[in-house]
Amino acid sequence: MPMKITQEIKDSTVIMTLDGELDASSSVLLDEELSDPEIMKYSKILVDCQNLHYISSAGLGVFISHLQRFEDAQIKLIFFNMQDKVRNVFEILGLDLLMTIVSDYEEARTIANE
Amino acid sequence: MNNSIRVNCTKKNLKLIRDFVTEYLKALALSDILMNQIVLAVDEICANLIIHANHEDPAKYLTLTIHNLSGQIKFEIADNGVAFQRTNYKEPDIQEHIRLGKKGGVGIALVNRIMDKVEFTTNGSQNTCLLYKKIN
Repeated sequence: MPMKITQEIKDSTVIMTLDGELDASSSVLLDEELSDPEIMKYSKILVDCQNLHYISSAGLGVFISHLQRFEDAQIKLIFFNMQDKVRNVFEILGLDLLMTIVSDYEEARTIANE
Repeated sequence: MNNSIRVNCTKKNLKLIRDFVTEYLKALALSDILMNQIVLAVDEICANLIIHANHEDPAKYLTLTIHNLSGQIKFEIADNGVAFQRTNYKEPDIQEHIRLGKKGGVGIALVNRIMDKVEFTTNGSQNTCLLYKKIN
């Protein structure tokens, strides 16, 4: 399977785990998950990127396209455990300055609860 | 080593293309970040050709050929779809994309920032994209 997305709910938080490669083919799945109206019930979305081995512009585009909607709804979107090579792709476009990327789960939780 | 791959225009083949590029570049012992950047740039061009130039038509094909010149890698990607109009291209404003909730339009920006030189040529019905990257 090219991409597996799992969600774990903890109170007002969704922990979304990405496993695989997010390209023009598999990013459709991520878009469906983030477009689900259910997700708007939560105030924090923590994205575990430990097993995200690859992201292309299609994957970035899905996050870009939902960011404003989440911000407007005061939903915090926080990425953690991101591999250096994946983080580098965010950095090439300056997205690391526009999105919240932290080192690990603990830090993600701390920032989410601020 | 085989330096060329021909695939039909479905998005599922992007993984095949990335694996082919990774396998070819493996011998060069590049850093993880540089390897990923190069694979990404090729993937972005191929995704554009498959989706926009060939409308994901499985009866159409694209061919990727990799040339290892001294200290420089050259990627040649050829197809027979709608030619990319570089004159219509505008660098994206990411903050504007976020504000408008735009999904696409940042792929070529990634390619331009990763590669040293990007060329698009058309010869009859065949379009070729050339990507150059210095590796040392």
